[in-house]
Amino acid sequence: MLKKISHTFIHVLDQDEALDFYVGKLGMVVHTDADLGVMRFLTVNLPDQPDVELVLMLPGPPAYDDATATEIRELVAKGAAGGGVIFETDDCRGTYERLRGAGVEFTQEPTERFYGTDCALRDPFGNPIRFTQPPEGPIVVPSAEELQAQA
Amino acid sequence: MSRTIEDRNHRMLRTRDTMDRAFAQPLDVPALARVAHISPAHFSRQFRATFGETPHRYLQRRRVERAMELLRETGRPVTEICFDVGFNSLGTFTRTFREIVGEPPSAYRRRFAGDGAALRVPACWAMAWLRPAG
Repeated sequence: MLKKISHTFIHVLDQDEALDFYVGKLGMVVHTDADLGVMRFLTVNLPDQPDVELVLMLPGPPAYDDATATEIRELVAKGAAGGGVIFETDDCRGTYERLRGAGVEFTQEPTERFYGTDCALRDPFGNPIRFTQPPEGPIVVPSAEELQAQA
Repeated sequence: MSRTIEDRNHRMLRTRDTMDRAFAQPLDVPALARVAHISPAHFSRQFRATFGETPHRYLQRRRVERAMELLRETGRPVTEICFDVGFNSLGTFTRTFREIVGEPPSAYRRRFAGDGAALRVPACWAMAWLRPAG
């Protein structure tokens, strides 16, 4: 039986810049930073979640030939690489303000939704990031009548 | 050359994100070109080379997608929705909506009356997948 997700992967275009962002801005911590000779195996995790690692991969040889790596880089840069991360937060607006103060640009301001308050940004390379503050209590999909009453 | 495309893509993504975020504001080619730090003369062509459609068309589809949600999920008058999503004339809104969606706003609203929940999904999903195709 599969027990849990332990690692997930995202392509970054510069691993030092990725650390500045994911650790320096978002507040993650380095889990593994290993020079394997042929590549730098770099993973980060949330301080409260040490058993889920986000692998920050630099596309290039030997995993990908130069032409393929170039294509991957171009797709990341136009936001079309398919990777991304959604975080859960206990304070969407506070985190938004703190990150804005740190110079992070957002693509969506905190917005109230039936599934919580969430907002969106990109990492420095083009990967989409969101963080969501779940509502208190169970998530209930509102009926059309309820939505119209709120509007 | 490849780094040039990567750099162009990233600049164009910033302008598309700007349209996604600020769709209700008056956005024109010079304003978006400033976001990309390129000349207005090159901007539309580079955007199209990156995303396959003109920035004008992308912004129309973003605004129409927002209007579709407001039509489905609120009872607000079509005229208000038109201005809320960034159009500045009801005629342009209705014509653009009809051209993109295939029916006028009022008919679209009637079709979803009482069944708005069918499309109630997270905002990121709605933005990417409920935006009508070009």
